[in-house]
Amino acid sequence: MPHDHSDHPHALLPSDPALRVKALETILTRKGLIDPAALDEIIDTYQNKIGPQNGARVIARAWSDPAFKKAILADADPVLAELGYYGRQGEHMVVVENTPTQHNMVVCTLCSCYPWPLLGIPPGWYKSDAYRARAVREPRKVLADFGVTLPAETAVRVWDSTAEVRYLVLPMRPAGSEDLDEDALAALVSRDSMIGTALASAPSGGSGSIIGGSS
Amino acid sequence: MSRVHDMGGRFGDGVVMPDAPNAPIFATDWHARALAVTLACGALGKWNIDISRHARERLSPKDYSRFSYYEKWISALADLLVETGVLTREDLRGQDDASVHALASKALRAEAVAAVLAKGGPANRDSRIAASFTPGDRVKTRHPGGSALVDGGHTRLPGYATGACGEILLQHGAHVLPDSNAHGLGEAPEPLYAVVFKASELWTHPEHPKDEVVLDLWQSYLEPAPEGAE
Repeated sequence: MPHDHSDHPHALLPSDPALRVKALETILTRKGLIDPAALDEIIDTYQNKIGPQNGARVIARAWSDPAFKKAILADADPVLAELGYYGRQGEHMVVVENTPTQHNMVVCTLCSCYPWPLLGIPPGWYKSDAYRARAVREPRKVLADFGVTLPAETAVRVWDSTAEVRYLVLPMRPAGSEDLDEDALAALVSRDSMIGTALASAPSGGSGSIIGGSS
Repeated sequence: MSRVHDMGGRFGDGVVMPDAPNAPIFATDWHARALAVTLACGALGKWNIDISRHARERLSPKDYSRFSYYEKWISALADLLVETGVLTREDLRGQDDASVHALASKALRAEAVAAVLAKGGPANRDSRIAASFTPGDRVKTRHPGGSALVDGGHTRLPGYATGACGEILLQHGAHVLPDSNAHGLGEAPEPLYAVVFKASELWTHPEHPKDEVVLDLWQSYLEPAPEGAE
């Protein structure tokens, strides 16, 4: 594989990023190397079909069903495959459980690895230099950027996704949610709570959090 | 010996800015197109995930820093298409002929997208290399870091975690070795582990004595920890 260039071929394309994408798409389409309808299908998949609603269902089920929780913590892949949540960037899943003594948080310092089949496409902040650089060194200050403060007795364990294994955080079930069914529980599980930069929302006054929104 | 993407622990990047509630999945249309073009080109079969990651890492530090996320993707994709001979520099200049490409039969079709995304690309393999470690074993990461196979090559041992002592937490089986696979040197699968490190082993000023960092590390990144190492 060739190595470092002094003249990267990308510089031959327009420098404006929107035009750069358009130019490359046009060239590839003209040569029959990509099918524009396939691009639309990929975008539709991650815009409308696969997203944090999948992960929230898994978490709500784990909160409701002790046997399911035990199974998914022991070996997530067969359980997720059965639910139809296997796929690209989620081939090797590990679910990590938050407890009063341990909070888990996920990052990819080297790029932006993320469990797509369960959470969809990562948000901008997850891919930002600030998150990638700081999450491993000062997770508590990063949590403060999200408005989260942990008790002093809670240890933070940060998972740096350096291989093809993807991690999903099982947040603690919020107090006051004992009587809720799985659908109502899923509404308390934000995307960020499954990355570990938020806690699950409390079921206060019936105003559940919006799945996919930041909490 | 570092590359610009290896930024874990770096100072000076400022606050993390959470997105607004109900923020769109793609901030602009071209972000979505960049992602889709990149995924679709993967179907041409001219590279693997490690080669494409390394293409992004090989952007010059100046480009890597000033490009937004999907700008990195599309620029590295253009570089990769030329390096693998799929496109020529003339093509990128817009001087291409309009004839159908020899690889056109491999183009990802709309009707195949769902199956391709659902199929994924597992990285676990059978390996001839036996696992040297089991959970609870004390290990030390290689130092100096960097690729052992190619000078300046791809590796997944971050700079902040070289020469550090930790403990095997999980065994993931054997996985494709990115250091080899990114350079067309074969998949070279070997045992992969989740290794847990005390924050105080990695950082001069850890935030909390109980905090830890876990990394997934291949066996060749690891050696037994010296006797008496904390």
